[in-house]
Amino acid sequence: MIVAADNINVAQNVAFGIIAFLMVFSALCVVTTKNVVHAALWLVLVLAGVAAQYVLAAAEFVAVSQVLVYVGAVMVLFLFGIMLTRAQIGKERGLNNKSWALGIPVALMLGGLLSYVIIDEFDDTTMPDAGPTPTEAIADNVLAPYLVPFLAISFILLAAAIGSIVLARKD
Amino acid sequence: MLAVNFLLLGAVLFSIGVFGVIARRNAVMVLMSVELILNAVNLNLIAFALLHGNVDGQVFALYVIAVAAAEVGVGLGMVLLVYRNRRSISLDELSEMKG
Repeated sequence: MIVAADNINVAQNVAFGIIAFLMVFSALCVVTTKNVVHAALWLVLVLAGVAAQYVLAAAEFVAVSQVLVYVGAVMVLFLFGIMLTRAQIGKERGLNNKSWALGIPVALMLGGLLSYVIIDEFDDTTMPDAGPTPTEAIADNVLAPYLVPFLAISFILLAAAIGSIVLARKD
Repeated sequence: MLAVNFLLLGAVLFSIGVFGVIARRNAVMVLMSVELILNAVNLNLIAFALLHGNVDGQVFALYVIAVAAAEVGVGLGMVLLVYRNRRSISLDELSEMKG
């Protein structure tokens, strides 16, 4: 079911499997490691893996944006946040809640439910073989039917920039 | 390539992110788990864009990326403010608004 189908691009599937394994392993490390800086570095691996999956899914422009915004900007922001809020670098006690084990059944149940629904609905739906998406098509969509959300996004970014300056500045 | 591959990967990443949000006490770690969740959603959007052969999903993914960047900026600003006032960013100590 998961890997078995005829008329399938073998190289694409092998690449998907390797990257997906790396991503899941890194994501597990992000939520279990005792070291905050290591968690940030594992998160870099997850985000880069997501960008690679976008390339496999023929979404090059989104992949480049992902690398620019997440791997480039957001991770630097996270590292600054870690450095500014912690004295010591290294293992830290008390990263988890006292009742952290409750998260395991919740996550397992949620994942099981989502997987059941997905497998039930898309059991052997195959993706169409798509070439690279022309960026022009994305631009046509952003600037015509989705123009109002685009303007809203620019206001959100402006408000977030001003808001974080106001929040973090020392008076 | 099967559609299930992408969607299951998104579901697994989403569940891991939810576990991180529940289990972690450090505010920065909770923000990282939220990023995991947002990326899982983006993966699903891209997968459906490929499945249905139009670029609407990619446009949505771009918007989600922009909102996530804004969210991290404001979130880390709030974390810095909390740290400056209390010398700690443990989320379970922030209980003044509990009834």
